[in-house]
Amino acid sequence: MITVRHLTKYYNGQPAVKDFSVEYLPGQCSLVIGASGSGKTVLLKSTVGLQDPDEGEVLFDGTVFNRLSPKEKKKIHSCMGMLFQGSALFDFATAMENVMFPLEFFSNMNRKEKIERARFCLHRVGLDGVDDKYPSELSGGMQKRVGIARAIALNPKYLFCDEPNSGLDPRTSVMIDRLIQEITREYNITTVINTHDMNSVMEIGDKVVFIHKGEKCWEGSKDNIMTSECSELDEFIFSSRMAHELKIRYESGNPSEG
Amino acid sequence: MIRHFLYVTGRYLLFLRQVFRRPEKWRLTIRQFFVEAGKLVIGSIPLTALISVFIGAVLVIQTANNMTSPMLPKMYIGYMTRESLILEFCSTMVCLILAGKIGSNISSEIGTMRITEQIDAMEMMGINSASYLVMPKILSTTLLNPLLTLMSFIMGLLGGYLIIALTGMIKISDYLDGIRFAFNGYYITYSLIKTAVFSFIISSVSAFYGYYAGGGSLGVGRSATTAIVVSSALILIFNLILTRIML
Repeated sequence: MITVRHLTKYYNGQPAVKDFSVEYLPGQCSLVIGASGSGKTVLLKSTVGLQDPDEGEVLFDGTVFNRLSPKEKKKIHSCMGMLFQGSALFDFATAMENVMFPLEFFSNMNRKEKIERARFCLHRVGLDGVDDKYPSELSGGMQKRVGIARAIALNPKYLFCDEPNSGLDPRTSVMIDRLIQEITREYNITTVINTHDMNSVMEIGDKVVFIHKGEKCWEGSKDNIMTSECSELDEFIFSSRMAHELKIRYESGNPSEG
Repeated sequence: MIRHFLYVTGRYLLFLRQVFRRPEKWRLTIRQFFVEAGKLVIGSIPLTALISVFIGAVLVIQTANNMTSPMLPKMYIGYMTRESLILEFCSTMVCLILAGKIGSNISSEIGTMRITEQIDAMEMMGINSASYLVMPKILSTTLLNPLLTLMSFIMGLLGGYLIIALTGMIKISDYLDGIRFAFNGYYITYSLIKTAVFSFIISSVSAFYGYYAGGGSLGVGRSATTAIVVSSALILIFNLILTRIML
């Protein structure tokens, strides 16, 4: 379980995230949603320790992470996996080497076992036969899947995904969402996903947190998001033309019109 | 200005401390050392050799042109070419050229890794990215670039030999006598030490600017340019300091 308590992070004197508290549970996909620039990425980077929060604390299974020494932090980092917005695969390594990378540092496996583990992870994300391909030779969706395979290589307890669907077509997006959800349930991982994709919310949002101008505005699940009474959330959800039209039709009692 | 200088210097020293922390796995660092040696040092051999041959040849022509007095023995052409090569060209000039080649390579590679979050990905795994990425580059260039200096020296002398053989401006035996005349082995040590220091400057400064690059591809370009300019300036300053200390 990950607990964020009263986290605040300033940028140029302005709070990018303000007094943010939330709990992420194991076996669940917790989605942090919000518009671009709302503070999602700052919150995520402060949670995982890529940036130090200015106030508040982050607890990983009861351990206050942001007050640990670098050596102790390293131990918790080795239990984390992260999928970055642009995949962040290492250009100098093939797909197989990318997945093997964390194993090289943090496992006592011999080379054969590492290769087997990497093959298993690639197979788990539906990528067979791309072992020797470099990231530049893979499509965006394939890169994301290699990123997921790398993130799960060390059997992480915590998985963080920053905009996993950005730049992907709707079909591939759904596939990536389902893959993350399957892995989360299968290995009982505490998964935190940053997104502004409402399809992801409705697909895998066990828990949904809405962030607006750095502050938590709403918390719930995909089942009650449509009935929330948060005006900012409503505005966010129905900001697309399609959602707006559907809402008008729904309110006029004629969903099939048009 | 002074405040900025102190800020950058402090940040650079903290960066070096992070780079030289004990690596997670020595085996991987050693492997990277050889990868970087191949890329940065062996990859620089053709450029260094080419420049050295031509500069050696030009030095012979220029020296011969300036020694028109019949009182001066012709072997001094070889002697002066050798001294110019070993004292200044093979260390300082070659390193200034390498600052452009190796410096831009290191800075843009690490800078691109920074802006595409590859460095963040390493940090997330609990890996000391500075140590893993930068230490092998600094060690390989600092330890192995002096070999480039030796090679440059030999190629420079060879360039001089070739131009004499092709034009016949002096007797080859005079040139060979000159390059053996009053040889001071300490100059070789001086030149190798200078190259090691300059290589450390090139690799560490370029890595520093790449590591803290920001602002997309423009930022990477800016960091590469700054790295080359700062490295070149530091090479000139340290050249003066080392020469004053060692000679």
